[in-house]
Amino acid sequence: MSATLTSIGLADLDDYAFGCAAFGTGGGGGVAPSVIATSAALRGYGAVDVVRLEDLDDDALIVPLSSIGAPTVSAEMLGSGAESVRIRDLVEQRAGRKIDAVMASEIGGANGVDPVRWAAELGVALLDADGMGRAFPELPMVSMNVAMVPPGAITVADALGNVGVLEPINPDWAERWTRAVCVASGSSAVMADYVMTAGQARGAVIERTVSGALELGRRVRRADDPVAELVDVLGADRVITGKVSDIQRTTLDGFVRGTITVLGLGSDAGREVTITVQNECLVVRDGATVVATVPDLIGLFDATHGEPVPIESVTFGQRVAVLAWPCDPLWRTERGLQIAGPAAFGLDLDYRPLEASHV
Amino acid sequence: MCNANARWRIGIDVGGTNTDGVILDDDDRLVAWTKTPTTVDLVFGIATALRQVLAQIDMRDGVIASVVLGTTQATNAVVERRALDRVGMVRIGAPVSDAVPPLAAWPDDLSHAAIVASTTVAGGCLIDGNRIAQLDRDALKRYFGGLAGTVDAIALSGVFSPMYPDDELAAADIARQALGDIRISMGHQIGQLGLLERENATALNAALGRVGHLIVDGLLSAMDELGLTVPPFIAQNDGTIMDAATAMAFPILTIGSGPSNSLRGAALLSGVDDAIIADVGGTTTDLGVLTDSFGRESTSGSAIGGVSTNFRMPDIISLPYGGGTVIRGDRVGPDSVGHQLRECALVFGGDIATLTDAAVSHNRMSLPGVRPPAAAEFHRALEEFDEAVTDAVAALAVHKRRLPIIAVGGGNTLIPEHLPGLGEVLRVAHADVANAAGAASAMIGATVETVAPMSRRAAVLDDAKNRAVAKAVAAGAHPDHTHPVAVVETALGYVSEPAVRLKIKAAGPIAQRVRV
Repeated sequence: MSATLTSIGLADLDDYAFGCAAFGTGGGGGVAPSVIATSAALRGYGAVDVVRLEDLDDDALIVPLSSIGAPTVSAEMLGSGAESVRIRDLVEQRAGRKIDAVMASEIGGANGVDPVRWAAELGVALLDADGMGRAFPELPMVSMNVAMVPPGAITVADALGNVGVLEPINPDWAERWTRAVCVASGSSAVMADYVMTAGQARGAVIERTVSGALELGRRVRRADDPVAELVDVLGADRVITGKVSDIQRTTLDGFVRGTITVLGLGSDAGREVTITVQNECLVVRDGATVVATVPDLIGLFDATHGEPVPIESVTFGQRVAVLAWPCDPLWRTERGLQIAGPAAFGLDLDYRPLEASHV
Repeated sequence: MCNANARWRIGIDVGGTNTDGVILDDDDRLVAWTKTPTTVDLVFGIATALRQVLAQIDMRDGVIASVVLGTTQATNAVVERRALDRVGMVRIGAPVSDAVPPLAAWPDDLSHAAIVASTTVAGGCLIDGNRIAQLDRDALKRYFGGLAGTVDAIALSGVFSPMYPDDELAAADIARQALGDIRISMGHQIGQLGLLERENATALNAALGRVGHLIVDGLLSAMDELGLTVPPFIAQNDGTIMDAATAMAFPILTIGSGPSNSLRGAALLSGVDDAIIADVGGTTTDLGVLTDSFGRESTSGSAIGGVSTNFRMPDIISLPYGGGTVIRGDRVGPDSVGHQLRECALVFGGDIATLTDAAVSHNRMSLPGVRPPAAAEFHRALEEFDEAVTDAVAALAVHKRRLPIIAVGGGNTLIPEHLPGLGEVLRVAHADVANAAGAASAMIGATVETVAPMSRRAAVLDDAKNRAVAKAVAAGAHPDHTHPVAVVETALGYVSEPAVRLKIKAAGPIAQRVRV
């Protein structure tokens, strides 16, 4: 492993965003607008400190942040740059104390990149952890919920300057209320939920994901064989290398649903795998055999350059490597699977850890 | 050969290396063609090609109905950062996108060449139509007042303007009051949703004003020299053509027309609607996919001169191999003598080994009276070329069908008769002037984009279809034969009422008209 990560600067951003896109497993929103906004912030405010959870005192206050809204809207409303400050002010006012660090609620996709910008704007450290270790489409699908940390008061700020606090009765109502506010703000907002102390966060967050994303990008973007490097760094299975031969994709209620078929090439010739997608890649089957299912991670990568391929930009004939790698053990607990296992996505499948298909 | 009432259509394609010209008759048959080196002077090059094709027909047998020009002038201007107008940029929508200032990701040299100043003012709408803020007219008056004498054009970009264009239109009025009759480029007329990309395209379009005029004036001057009085048309990126007024207002639409013309031309010359097209030029080989006789478009936007835009261009893989590619021992290219092939290549008595020499020595090309040169590296160079083409075809193809490969362009015979594992290679007559044939045969196209709540989708779609057809007819398309040819529908999630974004393209053949 490389030395402990202590900061993220402008020079690290493309590597880091690559890692976030990889952990997005095809979803989580395109990272490009966030990279542009974050590079502007890093240029203005300088590099962001990164801290490990074990280096924080038990009573240190951690603020998980994320953007919510429609991808179409986030490409049009890039944020005012003042949302993070408004949220912090309100959180500090209610807590009666300063915050110590911000955290990405979701490392996968754009929500992994934006917290770097928010940390820069606030001049506080970014925690080397997140609430998913990947991307998920709904607010209750976070590790803090698995660990029974309550969502607490939710602070929402929009790009126009509106800011407020919601106190929902449970994680499902947190989703419902926050969505309603978000829609009122033109389907674009920044939020803080599961505001917690470092003591509460121990065992309730997925650690080392910020440094993991950066290291993944660093190594893969400089590798002679990027796909082999991805396999190595992620500890992934190479499910197939081939060509996208069919795409069934519909957008409904803000969710992209469908299947992507990849036909093997080279040593995989004659095989065909099908990936079930719902914003993210959820299941991959080799013929009729399930190879991997959510919450394990499944991603499509450019077969030559190793670039993560977002589901909305998969094209016919594209050459891809399909990789699957294990999720954090927290997701494999009974409660973890209840919250984000196959059934949580309406899939009639039992979860089998990825490693169980190695026989 | 020709009946007395033939209506001929002329197509001219000004490429990097050659300028091609063709004349098509009513039945899309080639009745005249030429290939002449591209000249620095645009008018001279176009006039030469026109003169050469007109000399091949008997004007007593018919009339010239249209002249279409395809050109890379706009692309070159952006890439080379020259002949660009000075632009004042305004974003309307503060504060919702203030985190990223307008044109923030532009390369410094391009900003320096084209952008005088940029600002952001309050105004614009949310996706649901609610105002972000009232348009800050005072700020606009002050800003435009300060720009007087320093800019040639204004670019206006409002948040969600493709859905709610009012503030851009109001700002354009204010700009005209302050700056007089200045060119104004508005985002809602240029791009789709995606603020930064639309803003980039809007500013590029503003900067290309002079180039747009140069293209249209160049064509008109050349036509005047030859006494041609029909309306001129310019090829655009989606494989259709636009009238002179549209081309001058939207010169950015000419970018990407070359590959579209080559794909459409290959369809016309071969009669095949679904194929892989390999366009072998002097410096590059561009491969694309023909689907239902139109070029398949890329799913993501494209970068122009280092600036990302949301224009969908033909889905092209460009390989650094062409007839003029230089062979030095084991190295093939990427440098090329495409411009001076006839002076430099071994087969023409020069002293530089090129892929054309390799092709002649291995009987892929034959040149009358030329003794094939021999060199050990030629076989390996052709192998490298074949491998690159094979990989590109495999990357483009959909597995369900093995598509035929149609080789076009000046160096089309570089593609061998047979490529292992791929579909058959089709040879077509006049493959070397496919681009000009594509331009000559193209229909007049017009696009309309709008957003509709699901409850009113049907009515809005009908209205948009009618507007797209009317727009194409206004540009010169035949009213009886112009129809919507494509509807792209995208659902918008997480909004108060489910909505769809609709993009409608209409196209029709050129109506016979006389220029006034």
